[in-house]
Amino acid sequence: MEKMPKWADVVLIPVISLLLAAVISAIVILLIGENPMEALNLMVNGALGSTYGWGYTLYYATNFLFTGLAVAVAAHAGLFNIGGEGQAMIGGLGLALVCLYIPFPHWSIALLVAAVGAGIFGAAWAAIPAYLQAKRGSHIVITTIMFNFIAAAVLNYMLVSVLKPKGAMDPATAKFPESTQLPSLHEILAPIGIEFSKSAPANVTLFVGIAACIVVWGLIWHTPLGHEIRALGKSERGAVYAGISPVRTVMITMLISGALCGLMATNNVMGEAERLVLNATEGAGFIGIAVALMGRNHPFGVFLAAILFGFLYQGGAELALWTNIPSELIVVIQALVILFTGALDNMVRMPIEKIFLAFRKENA
Amino acid sequence: MTAPAIELKGISKAFGPVQANKDISISVQPGTIHGIIGENGAGKSTLMSILYGFYKADKGEIWIKGTKTEIPDSQAAIAAGIGMVFQHFKLVENFTVLENIVLGAEDSGLLMPSLSRARKELKELEEEYELYVDPDKRIDEIGVGMQQRVEILKALYRKAEILILDEPTGVLTPAEADQLFRILDRLRSEGKTIILITHKLREIMEYTDTVSVMRRGQMTATVKTAESSPEQLAELMVGRKVLLRVDKVPATPGKPILEIEKLSVVDSAGVQRVKDIDLTVRAGEILGIAGVAGNGQSELLEVLGGMRDGTGSIRINGQPLPLSGKGSDARARRHAGIAHVPEDRQREGLIMDFHAWENVAFGYHREDIYKKGLFLDNAALRADTEAKMEKFDVRPPNPWLAAKSFSGGNQQKIVVAREIERNPDLLLIGQPTRGVDIGAIEFIHQQIMELRDQGKAILLVSVELEEILSLSDRVAVMFDGKIMGERPADQTDEKELGLLMAGVAGEAA
Repeated sequence: MEKMPKWADVVLIPVISLLLAAVISAIVILLIGENPMEALNLMVNGALGSTYGWGYTLYYATNFLFTGLAVAVAAHAGLFNIGGEGQAMIGGLGLALVCLYIPFPHWSIALLVAAVGAGIFGAAWAAIPAYLQAKRGSHIVITTIMFNFIAAAVLNYMLVSVLKPKGAMDPATAKFPESTQLPSLHEILAPIGIEFSKSAPANVTLFVGIAACIVVWGLIWHTPLGHEIRALGKSERGAVYAGISPVRTVMITMLISGALCGLMATNNVMGEAERLVLNATEGAGFIGIAVALMGRNHPFGVFLAAILFGFLYQGGAELALWTNIPSELIVVIQALVILFTGALDNMVRMPIEKIFLAFRKENA
Repeated sequence: MTAPAIELKGISKAFGPVQANKDISISVQPGTIHGIIGENGAGKSTLMSILYGFYKADKGEIWIKGTKTEIPDSQAAIAAGIGMVFQHFKLVENFTVLENIVLGAEDSGLLMPSLSRARKELKELEEEYELYVDPDKRIDEIGVGMQQRVEILKALYRKAEILILDEPTGVLTPAEADQLFRILDRLRSEGKTIILITHKLREIMEYTDTVSVMRRGQMTATVKTAESSPEQLAELMVGRKVLLRVDKVPATPGKPILEIEKLSVVDSAGVQRVKDIDLTVRAGEILGIAGVAGNGQSELLEVLGGMRDGTGSIRINGQPLPLSGKGSDARARRHAGIAHVPEDRQREGLIMDFHAWENVAFGYHREDIYKKGLFLDNAALRADTEAKMEKFDVRPPNPWLAAKSFSGGNQQKIVVAREIERNPDLLLIGQPTRGVDIGAIEFIHQQIMELRDQGKAILLVSVELEEILSLSDRVAVMFDGKIMGERPADQTDEKELGLLMAGVAGEAA
């Protein structure tokens, strides 16, 4: 059967899904007696109306970039990694250990080594479910979600009993040394004459995230390994026929996926908090699933979706701050976006496909 | 002349822009066997699905015994006296024969009265048509041929007057197929009407009274079988003259390329699929492995192709190859000079969602010619694809099309091109022409023969005896994982091989 043009697939359908989610959100806001237009205005202004707003939007977006890419890479191998949350937590742990115990002369070296540490820890956390899947056939969805809970417990223990400085009240590490502090967008953009908010947390790791998009794109579509990952994701029998070891490929894919999640720590732990706190990941691992879904597992799509969810996060926070709309509703709006762009994708896709086919028939 | 048992008038059906059936009319007299022949995608299955109420025709009428009949669903088809025997049986494996026959046709909420009535009727049916089965055996305890009888009985129990059989001999041994046709003959003599859908010209020629040929959604001809010839039918199917016989010069076998000794394969369920096989394939010859599907041929191909583990020993050009563990995977096999056209191109030989150009080096994608530093040289892959598409006449010659968008024959050409062009010492080839149209069959057979004449060794596995006999130089028959016997292809025939395939051993069978 003929398909519709590519632009409809990658642009039109997500946009319609988004509009539907927005309409239902508006109805819900109306129902609780608030003005949806005002709410939209607040969200847009709060997230995109100032460099401060942009700073937060991009900060969140950077987190989602890493986790979204992680989910996307795994998805190409037919693996559903919903353990991004745990892998990012443990990545944070690896990063904190590097930053706390290795002295660095300059932030750039610190970023490089810390990224390696975070990546290795994140990958290691993904390695166990990956091994269980590859060798024992334990379903990766089950094991990765269980590992999220284990990661939270491990982090809790480490922060409360091992890493907490003597006398401190909250379960967190000491502040990282100054030499590991990453330049914020303010510091980066000031020399080229762009005034950017000083207090916003967006930082240099945004560019690390963008670089990761390019690397993932190259990996998936331009290397033999990416070829093998995608082949395995489409047909395991086909992979075996071609001499691709499913065990090895599942392991490598999940290590890459876990490492990408771990890398998120360079943004939220190293770039923003500058120490490791409990619950530093703030659910970004799960948002990554929605980002990958909406971005159709393509790095460029993931990039756009990450910015959208960054906007929703920041705009939502503003909404909770300035209106009587309860913060739970923000979660509802985010959930609606996920529902429409991810789960209900076919609901929009099928009628649109029909319309395109009908048009084509008339023109034929 | 009596009213036709079934008459189709101007049936048309489109799926989106694809016209699957276009203005099709046939008329079948009662008490005859009517064949419908055509290549894959010619629209045979669509037509039968319309007749059985799975699809609704866009245009056209169905007349049964002189009355115009609407068939909106399969219930209506059954009520109109149409019974269908599908290619893939629709039986509940862990029910008995009797329970399967009654299923969906129970008289009331209580099962017992239905079953005892069915038992009585089944007995009458069996005697009337000489269709014997044990009603109390479970489906998974009886053979494929028997299962097919159950399907036929199911239709007869529902008072079918018109029986449609879709590729009924695909899974049968020649002997089972003969029995099936005896049953069909009997049914015909009792006044039933039979529509036989097949792509095997031989069955059409031997058993049908009339035959309709379909090509690209249209009925190109309806002729009396006796007044036709295989060549004429093939030409009608393909739209041009086809060579039905492979041109074969006598083989000149050289040194042994593949030597198999005491090869055994145990599958993941612990069942021994291949039992202590010894075989040798020499340079410049084709060894055909005949057998009914499921007797270990697939596993033999897979273990040779590095897709599963085995025990025993295999040697290529005198070099032993490991059968499990390191170096036993498909990539290592390819390095050793073994090319493999797998039995199932859709699940194994191709990644259906990949572009043609991504498939054209599948399995060889790590070789230097396709690499540029760390990266895949996608441009080289595409150029390679274009060259192969041209050489093997793949249509449409567009490297950007997904593998699944090609017809079966063109998909197979992509796989065959990829494997043959590697210039292997040994070619493993499974079901080379399954689901492939006649035109492409001709082409693929020529390619295999050419490879043989270049002095390559070829191991051919096929469930089509005709194919085995026309291509092979030697034929080995597998049954229950064992080699039942080996014969020079020009000194044996379908009858002898058929007996071996059924597990009847004997040197002078």
